[in-house]
Amino acid sequence: MLVYAARRVALAVPLLLGMSVLIFALMRVVPGDPATVVLGFKATPEGIRALREAFHLDEPVAQQYLRWLAGVTRGDFGLDFRQNEPIGRMILDRLPVTLELTLLAAACTALIGVPLGLFAGGRRGTAADRAALAVGLMGVSIPDFWLGIMLILGLSLGAGLLPSGGWVPFTESPLENLLHFALPALTLAVSRAAVLGRLTRAAVLDTMHRGFVQYARAKGLGEQAILFRHVLPNAAIPIITVLGLQVGYMLGGAIVVEMIFTLPGVGRMTLDAVLERNYPVVQSTVLVIGALFMLVNLLTDVLYGWIDPRVRRR
Amino acid sequence: MRPGSLARLFPSRHRGVTLAGALVIGALALVAALAPWIVPGSPTEIAKDHALRPPTLAQPFGMDDLGRSILSRVAHAYRVSLGVAVASVLLALAVGVPLGLIAGYAEGALDQLIMRPLDVLMSFPAILLAIALMAVFGTGVLLVAASLAVVYTPVVARVVRAAVLAAKVEVYVDGARALGAPVPRVVVRHILPNAATPVLVQASVLMAIAILVEASLSFLGVGVRPPAPSLGLMLADGRGFMVQAPWMVVFPGLAIMAAVLGFNMVADGLRDWLDPQQAAGRS
Repeated sequence: MLVYAARRVALAVPLLLGMSVLIFALMRVVPGDPATVVLGFKATPEGIRALREAFHLDEPVAQQYLRWLAGVTRGDFGLDFRQNEPIGRMILDRLPVTLELTLLAAACTALIGVPLGLFAGGRRGTAADRAALAVGLMGVSIPDFWLGIMLILGLSLGAGLLPSGGWVPFTESPLENLLHFALPALTLAVSRAAVLGRLTRAAVLDTMHRGFVQYARAKGLGEQAILFRHVLPNAAIPIITVLGLQVGYMLGGAIVVEMIFTLPGVGRMTLDAVLERNYPVVQSTVLVIGALFMLVNLLTDVLYGWIDPRVRRR
Repeated sequence: MRPGSLARLFPSRHRGVTLAGALVIGALALVAALAPWIVPGSPTEIAKDHALRPPTLAQPFGMDDLGRSILSRVAHAYRVSLGVAVASVLLALAVGVPLGLIAGYAEGALDQLIMRPLDVLMSFPAILLAIALMAVFGTGVLLVAASLAVVYTPVVARVVRAAVLAAKVEVYVDGARALGAPVPRVVVRHILPNAATPVLVQASVLMAIAILVEASLSFLGVGVRPPAPSLGLMLADGRGFMVQAPWMVVFPGLAIMAAVLGFNMVADGLRDWLDPQQAAGRS
């Protein structure tokens, strides 16, 4: 197991380096002089010179990259020239919001998706199963940002049940904090829950045919007991794997959701930086989100190997 | 494939889903193609006295804040949506298929050389990579399509490579080789056809995602540029008026969903058709 985990980690290191090279290279092909682009119309010759010096833009590109990489490994992402604040600190301030959103959305995904799949899988071929399948197909096709707008329109502006945006720190008021996360987490969860529901159903149907299930039925166990005691634990492997991958995708989806619900997370920070053409910040946040995405996938891989020993031998 | 064999290979239920999806897409494509001639009013002409008019029989989707017909704008926006989806997927196929073919057939060092950089591209959430690319190269319809193609190429290459790896050990491939067929002929005639069906499924999934991602990018302000009607831009505009004029956000969203649903239905049906064993277990 340890060997398997170590191998997965070893495979992730070159990928991470590749990501950093790609991001760095991308930000260097921005048309125009980076210093001028960062300073915008306020650029003065002195300002540009100062910035070129601060960013070491006159050094060879490879040296600039290594300098940046060395900084990043120490958690030093440089200074944001617009806010005059260390980028690393800005990311650290915003990361908890994105992580909380992602984790709550993952919980919602599991709580909606798994029961939906079990419900449909246990009633294979019935009208209820078909309805669940149709709901799943619709769920997969809903644009999440539109769903967010509709939820705001219906539940917060219409019914006045939940706040339509903004954020309250958990330490200030846990209840308010969760209320503010309710709609964003639901928005992020619905289409993933649909995918998970479809997968759960397929996994349940797959397990239903196995001998041990037929044996359980033969010895007179009720359908409910069969479903929860025998089918679900065996269907859990694909379910957990897909849920793990979905947590990764949610980090991407969080960009859109944080924007709609005005949550101060890393996704929103990335988008704001893109719109302001604040490339040093874009470079840092894209790397951080990408690395988190990879970390989640890595953990999923390792977890998968832990649950299913057959995977380790591959 | 001969038309007669289609009916035999396709169990009727899966054919039903695929056909229904294909019909939806066909209808939307027709609306997009004929948009300038069939819509009730110009998608761009501003008529302030019609601003924010609710849906009527003549204008079933209502009017936006500048008095433009939302139905007309949706129909024209489909040209952008479907155009970007088709262009990005074709571009990804044009690059990804040869790469996957070479990587899968050659294996070894060449395989590593091709696939490892593509792995890096796949290590980002798709929308994040697309946003980063748009941030660097600017906005516009062509750039959205190009960015999506970059995001999709590794996906296509992986699917093709997997199909090639499975097919190249088949007896008929050895046979063709033993008969002295040159490598390009073996690859194109005997191995490539095995990749056709998984690629087809993947392509329809990617079309669905492309429509979603284009709409998201445009909604966020890093996709299609404003004068061009785009479903994502319409939603972004409509957000500010959603209380007085909910139709400004309801219809463009439903329009996105209809197109995505169409492609997902096609992909679903094709997948079941390709994998009859799993399909039997599924329903």
